[in-house]
Amino acid sequence: MRTHFDEQLEQLHLELIRMGALCEDAISAAAKALLEQDAALADKAREAEEEIDRAESDVERLCLQLLLRQQPVAKDLREISSALKMISDLERIGDQAADIAELSGYVADASDTGRTHIGDMARATIAMVTDSVDSFVKRDLELARSVCAADDRVDALFEDVKREIIRLISTDSSKGELALDLLMVAKYFERIGDHATNVAEWVEYSLTGVHKINN
Amino acid sequence: MDSILSVKDLNLWYGDHQALRSINVEIPANEITALIGPSGCGKSTFLKTLNRMNDLVPGVRITGEVNFQKRNIYDPAVDVTGLRRRIGMVFQKANPFPMSIYDNVAYGPRTYGVRSRAKLDEIVEKSLQAAAIWEEVKDRLKASALGLSGGQQQRLCIARALAVEPEVLLMDESTSALDPISTSKIEDLAVELKSKYTVVMVTHNMQQAARVSDKTAFFLLGEMVEFGGTEQMFSAPTDKRTEDYITGRFG
Repeated sequence: MRTHFDEQLEQLHLELIRMGALCEDAISAAAKALLEQDAALADKAREAEEEIDRAESDVERLCLQLLLRQQPVAKDLREISSALKMISDLERIGDQAADIAELSGYVADASDTGRTHIGDMARATIAMVTDSVDSFVKRDLELARSVCAADDRVDALFEDVKREIIRLISTDSSKGELALDLLMVAKYFERIGDHATNVAEWVEYSLTGVHKINN
Repeated sequence: MDSILSVKDLNLWYGDHQALRSINVEIPANEITALIGPSGCGKSTFLKTLNRMNDLVPGVRITGEVNFQKRNIYDPAVDVTGLRRRIGMVFQKANPFPMSIYDNVAYGPRTYGVRSRAKLDEIVEKSLQAAAIWEEVKDRLKASALGLSGGQQQRLCIARALAVEPEVLLMDESTSALDPISTSKIEDLAVELKSKYTVVMVTHNMQQAARVSDKTAFFLLGEMVEFGGTEQMFSAPTDKRTEDYITGRFG
């Protein structure tokens, strides 16, 4: 029963997985572009961001089509409305990865970046994005909640990076501009963590019907 | 778009009352076309013109053309029985014949001269499978069709219609007497059938039209106000009367 509807929901899952994977690619390429000073990877992050924008409009179209045609109720309605909210956060994640890639061009020396916890922030946020999309597709409430918990670690890493940047300026005042760029990069990673948390909160709503007030 | 039915300037009167007004439409092959509109708007009358079921109504007068695969079905030379074999119909209320499940499905092919038992067995199984009811009845084919549930009876009627290998299936509110589960089964079935058949369905249930159809036609007072892609029709109809009707603001 409702075979066709179930097939379309499955397609929605596949498209969200694809969009999540693109976000992971974008963050990972942006982080490597920064840490390894690789301009080709910065381009890759920007390309991924454009692809994410296209994926957002594909998923949005599919969700609107499902709302129009299938008149979903109960868990189906929560799932589709959650997907519509989630893709806005994933799209923002793509933007921020592209912003990091952009800044990677201004950070002339990767060694200063390597001495901070920015690499750890990148790894932590990639895992959050992966887990948030996985938790939706697998309908895994515990995994969704673990993403919200992981955000505390990203926030703590952001505080570490801030201290490291202050130390950088205090030891070499000529690195003021670099310090500001790195602070922006760290802030973008911190925001990516927030968006992944939003995704996980929508997963929680989809599964339980209860949504936390956005952080 | 390949149209299987091409309707040109079709008018229909019941005595002095004009029930259809200058209908022009191309119904695409291998798609589901839904006909919607308030009671008395002409949608069922229109459906019945597509296989000349209105011929049976006294005092009916029809002008214009309904071309089925480029031939006007109102041409006096057309064999109406043969036409109804190619354009089958399923009604609002399931109407199985008071005979066995097997005989219900075999009735049409027998009428058309199939005598071989093996051939009939094959047609019965194939038709019941296509109507998604085979698994439920395969062990009691000799039992009376009247013992089936309403939803099963309706799927049996679809199997009976498919047994004569039609090209078009007309469904006149075929799920309106069924519970949501049986309705859902028939909706899934209609979507599956469209790879082989063209389906034209009248429905009072706009959500059903949105769920299953590719094209939707909105009728009002005997006029086809709007015809187009279902998503277009339900997201941005071009006529205000369509908008008022589908949003429940009619009248």
